[in-house]
Amino acid sequence: MITAVLQPIGRAFLSGLATIGRLTLFTLTALLHCLKPPYYWRLIGRQMVDIGYYSLPVVGMTAIFTGMVLALQSSTGFARFSAESAIPNVVVISITRELGPVLAGLMVAGRIGAAMAAEIGTMRVTEQIDALTTLSTNPLNYLVAPRLIAGITMLPFLVVVGDCIGVFGGYLVSIYKLGFNPATYIRNTMDFVQTLDVVSGLAKAAVFGFLVTLMGCYHGYHSRGGAQGVGAATTNAVVSASILILIFDYVLTELFFSK
Amino acid sequence: MNGRAPKIEIRGLTKAFGPKRVLNGLDLEVGVGESLVVIGGSGSGKSVTLKCVLGLIHPDGGSIKVDGEEVVGRRGAERERVLRKFGMLFQGAALFDSLRVWENVAFGLIQGRGAERAQAKDVALHKLGAVGLGPEVGELWPAELSGGMQKRVALARAIATEPEIIFFDEPTTGLDPIMADVINQLVRKCVNDLGATALSITHDMASARKIGDRIAMIYEGRIIWSGRVDEIDRSANDYVDQFIHGRAEGPIKMPIRPL
Repeated sequence: MITAVLQPIGRAFLSGLATIGRLTLFTLTALLHCLKPPYYWRLIGRQMVDIGYYSLPVVGMTAIFTGMVLALQSSTGFARFSAESAIPNVVVISITRELGPVLAGLMVAGRIGAAMAAEIGTMRVTEQIDALTTLSTNPLNYLVAPRLIAGITMLPFLVVVGDCIGVFGGYLVSIYKLGFNPATYIRNTMDFVQTLDVVSGLAKAAVFGFLVTLMGCYHGYHSRGGAQGVGAATTNAVVSASILILIFDYVLTELFFSK
Repeated sequence: MNGRAPKIEIRGLTKAFGPKRVLNGLDLEVGVGESLVVIGGSGSGKSVTLKCVLGLIHPDGGSIKVDGEEVVGRRGAERERVLRKFGMLFQGAALFDSLRVWENVAFGLIQGRGAERAQAKDVALHKLGAVGLGPEVGELWPAELSGGMQKRVALARAIATEPEIIFFDEPTTGLDPIMADVINQLVRKCVNDLGATALSITHDMASARKIGDRIAMIYEGRIIWSGRVDEIDRSANDYVDQFIHGRAEGPIKMPIRPL
């Protein structure tokens, strides 16, 4: 009876440990291959365009509405304390430190992480990855490294653009709905935001870019069993990347801002 | 065998996936310039044997020598050096969806050998011609090709680097009889023209007779018979007889439950 209860727990525990070990090894090997030649510049460029350029609309839309909602919510909350003048500060701090990188990361996880897992997973189950190996090409160099490099470099770029659009969203609501003076709003924003706010957001973005592409590649690379396996890899890539983004967001916030 | 040292020598190869033992001490030799066909039922260990030689699967035990050099456990640059001797035609063709047909064929030359794209394209179009496909096919995407054309492109890719050893994994599976014969003729022609050593696996007896100099039969992870193609009809082996005549009755039992 006790064995019947403990056995599945033990099995799940061991399987969890094996997954952590496999993921750690994959991460280290993939990072090593980012530094090791050959470098596939054409593929890196293609991934950068895919992650950076084609994600702009979705990140931009998310950022502008987030900034608008933030200004609106702050206004209703701060009105109770007659502290509406703090709205520009709240918008810029929230966007640059937190919402910009986190929302961009989550959007890219849905758009890019899923696509990567599906593409690499399909390559795995159709033996295209084996074919790469037989053609003297290391799959980690060819498939994984360009995606990781593009993810790490392009997420900060997306976040810079998202920050600007998000702050602009707050500006629009504050000026046209809440009656702020445009010059005062911009001055308050510029006076209050500090270099660390922006830099911490960009550092978070780079980490999130790494996590999203790593999860997409890892789950795709280890997918098994045809269409069902590829579907599961896609789901796992998005879910695990999203959870890791939120965990690392807390860890990085502790690192940057806890005293 | 012609008395010379074998090109590929496999001794006591074992491999298990969990509780299932797929290879059970397999011994096999392929002579220089010889075309050996390994026949056997589904799940008998044919594909696993090929993948062990290529290093795509790590065997649990045994020895694999290529040109007298042990390849089991080789990694990194050493493994890539050995892999340069090989070309492989995969069962499902395994063409790269994201590349045009000519780029697929030229892949080993560009990525593996560092050839210029223009020069590699010329070679690719020449190889496509050798398998009966015109230069216009080179500009198509793999998804635009029929199954037979995909197999021919995969064959062109396998021979593009003029390898010393070519593996053919089920070269005629899924093709109509006429196209299957076309592929058989092309396989034979390519092997003869290149003077390459060929190791094919199939359960198509017509294909085995056409492309092989010698046939070996694998059953339960071991070679149970091998001999020249013209000897197979008088092998005096019940397993071989049952297989080549495609009989349900015989020593090879299929685990079928009553309806």
